[in-house]
Amino acid sequence: MKAEMVLLEMKNITKEFPGVKALDAVNLKVKEGEIHAICGENGAGKSTLMKVLSGVYSHGTYTGEILFHQQVCEFKNIRQSEELGIVIIHQELALVPELTIAENIYLGNEQGTNGMINWNETIRKAGELLGKVGLKESPETLIKDIGVGKQQLVEIAKALAKNVKLLILDEPTAALNEKDSENLLKLLVELKKQGMTAIIISHKLNEIKQIADAVTIIRDGQTIETLATDDITEDRIIKGMVGRSLSNRYPRRKPNIGNTFFEIKNWSTFHPVQSERQIVKNVTLHIRKGEIVGIAGLMGSGRTELAMSIFGRSYGKKTTGKIRKDGKLLDLPDVSKAILEGIAYVSEDRKEYGLILMNDIKQNITLASLNKVARQSIVNDHQEFIVAEDYRKKMNIKTPSVAQITGNLSGGNQQKVVLSKWMFSDPDLLILDEPTRGIDVGAKYEIYTIMNQLADHGKGILLISSELPEIIGLCDRIYVMSEGEITGEVDRSEATQETLMKFMTKSRG
Amino acid sequence: MNSLGNLLKNNMRKSSMVIALILIALLFQILTDGTLLKPLNITNLILQNSYILILAVGMVLVIITGHIDLSVGSVAAFVGAVSAILMIEMQMNPWLAVVICLVIGALIGAWQGFWVAYVGIPAFIVTLAGMLLFRGLTLVVLKGQSIAPYPESFQKINNGFIPDLFGGESIHLFSLVIGLLISLVLIALEIRTRNNQLKYRFEVSPTWLFYLKLFSVFAAVNFFTYVLSTYRGIPNILVILFVIIVIYAFVMKKTIVGRHIYAVGGNLKAASLSGIKTKRVTLGVFINMGVLAALSGLIFAARLNAATPRAGNLFELDAIAAVFIGGASAYGGVGTVIGAVVGGLVMGVMNNGMSILGISIDWQQAIKGLVLLAAVAFDIVNKRKN
Repeated sequence: MKAEMVLLEMKNITKEFPGVKALDAVNLKVKEGEIHAICGENGAGKSTLMKVLSGVYSHGTYTGEILFHQQVCEFKNIRQSEELGIVIIHQELALVPELTIAENIYLGNEQGTNGMINWNETIRKAGELLGKVGLKESPETLIKDIGVGKQQLVEIAKALAKNVKLLILDEPTAALNEKDSENLLKLLVELKKQGMTAIIISHKLNEIKQIADAVTIIRDGQTIETLATDDITEDRIIKGMVGRSLSNRYPRRKPNIGNTFFEIKNWSTFHPVQSERQIVKNVTLHIRKGEIVGIAGLMGSGRTELAMSIFGRSYGKKTTGKIRKDGKLLDLPDVSKAILEGIAYVSEDRKEYGLILMNDIKQNITLASLNKVARQSIVNDHQEFIVAEDYRKKMNIKTPSVAQITGNLSGGNQQKVVLSKWMFSDPDLLILDEPTRGIDVGAKYEIYTIMNQLADHGKGILLISSELPEIIGLCDRIYVMSEGEITGEVDRSEATQETLMKFMTKSRG
Repeated sequence: MNSLGNLLKNNMRKSSMVIALILIALLFQILTDGTLLKPLNITNLILQNSYILILAVGMVLVIITGHIDLSVGSVAAFVGAVSAILMIEMQMNPWLAVVICLVIGALIGAWQGFWVAYVGIPAFIVTLAGMLLFRGLTLVVLKGQSIAPYPESFQKINNGFIPDLFGGESIHLFSLVIGLLISLVLIALEIRTRNNQLKYRFEVSPTWLFYLKLFSVFAAVNFFTYVLSTYRGIPNILVILFVIIVIYAFVMKKTIVGRHIYAVGGNLKAASLSGIKTKRVTLGVFINMGVLAALSGLIFAARLNAATPRAGNLFELDAIAAVFIGGASAYGGVGTVIGAVVGGLVMGVMNNGMSILGISIDWQQAIKGLVLLAAVAFDIVNKRKN
């Protein structure tokens, strides 16, 4: 291990977006033949750094220097970085579902001459690559017919087809189950032995501990430190990531919990297209006034589907079950009825489901309750402005004006606009689905504070989150879902990551 | 401090199409040795373009919701054919016939809206089918022949003028007065909006530019009605057009319905999760388009004084072009009624000007095509810079 070659060096990388410094003089040094992990919270700048490296942000849009094999690199686009063997696999896989595995592997890199594809060659080579990544599928299988875990392997095979020297994986295991994750990690170690270098971005600290040779920690756009193998411990990484001890990541609150006001009994719903698949199975739960109730569960456990089917049946078919609010049986056939009955749902995907990005802030805030700023169906612009201005101050939305287009705001501020919209609808029950996904630490804290205030005002809050510390830090009571069922109910005092995880992975199967 | 260049650029961007319209009008005014803005020609311009403008108003709503309607030309022809059967063959009272025709338009719109909103078939396909279907039905109803002439009272929709209540002799006084009143109302509204913007500390254009704008509005409106009044005054059709434009501009800008239409086009899923009944909005927009297409068909029939099988041919493309020239986005969520009207006028002035110049129809088509492309390209490049 002496005289190790430095494969990649990024020096003083600074990248600014309008109003935000995403990267501030970041340094990264990756040695040849190692697996180098990059850790940091959402919004810390990891993905931005990788986009700079792979040429997504072309040379000139950032400052600083990239050295690869001691050569200065000025990538104008992804193609140029790929020519040198730097390949990035994004969190959202870039595969075409309707094409075969072989076609995907050689997409943009077709095998053949004079514009004619040599299919025999393509399929033979693809088969070899599949062997290397340990995927037992025919190269002629369509991508849409294999699971995410296998798709991930196809992505790696695709990278290998490009003669990859440095493979960058952005959250490769986020969407995978435990077995697929395990496979993938093994494969990475195997490829490392064959001489490949990899950068892996991951939130899963146990995985990092398992495979990484070095860890670079980034916080708020700055490099904090680089740890070598011996120093890698989860505590150390967390400390670096958050920059303070975990205890004050969540604002304190003394819960003042009242009576049960919202009950769901035997709630079931089926997949909207595959009508045989039951997504939510006999869920029964209740929420009390002033209580923050959590729903923990892995991706695909039916959390979001449960919430959306409650919210005016915006998800699912053949939905059955009873909803009671203040003892009264509710029938919520559509969203407008649900809003009228005092329910609000903040979606996990604010860009797709929460906001109209091309509209301004005030229009987004009033969208769900236009009647409150209108008379005889004519919108009163002044009243709307006053309302929006009020929320801008209350929620600390950082913007010069509420006439600003929402698409121009940062993730955290966009999320505050969504929250404002639903607070303006004045709900009794606020369902928050991953409310802090992809937003920075400061904004997170503010959003937690707002949740606490709402609870203090006697509202019920249902918090869906994948981040267990968040659920444990905020909730008074936690339901755990797995495969569409509630597998456990845990009180705040007994909640630990281990107990929750046990319920989350439990299945009746 | 804003530099003058910046200032002009910002204001240009907002009203670039209005400026383009003025420039095109000036260009043709010069090229045609002043024929373009002659009273007779201006009146003609309005009569010629009214049915396209009405379609454009309906179309901009459809396009804002993220759809398209290719069938409006055929629907207009079909409704025109039905109106001829009712009024000419069956001797029905013209006003009753008009109401029936508008209801038929609504039903056609509901038919297409149903397939788009509730069955989820892309509007392009549904209305392409409608284009063929209603063109075919037009031929069936007319048995392949033209039917004429319409009763006089019906023809007046297009070729009539408002009466001069003040009995002006060589000049139509009442038209002048109306022009003056409208210009004053417009100015009052502008001032009110500006005061409100100042009150809430929005960014506003500098005072001198504002006064320049007020003066231009005042001058333009009064010049326009003055020119009209030296011919035969305000045509009936202009009154209808004006009322439609004002109502639709108001609905889209100020009402909950308008907000819902923009929201559905801006982000369907978010709109639906905000409690907006998105399917109903889509259906409504298509019904509205059907009614306006029917009205357009009636006006065109009244203008020709005949229902013909080829009526309304390519109207849909003129209307769609007007909407896009007027700044609407092909992806939905963006567009204005006024923009669509200005876009329609740009096309109309070009048609008219080129006809006066004696440019043949084939070249007119080609030039219009290029202008459409240039207008939208300009818009997209401009937005990207932003």
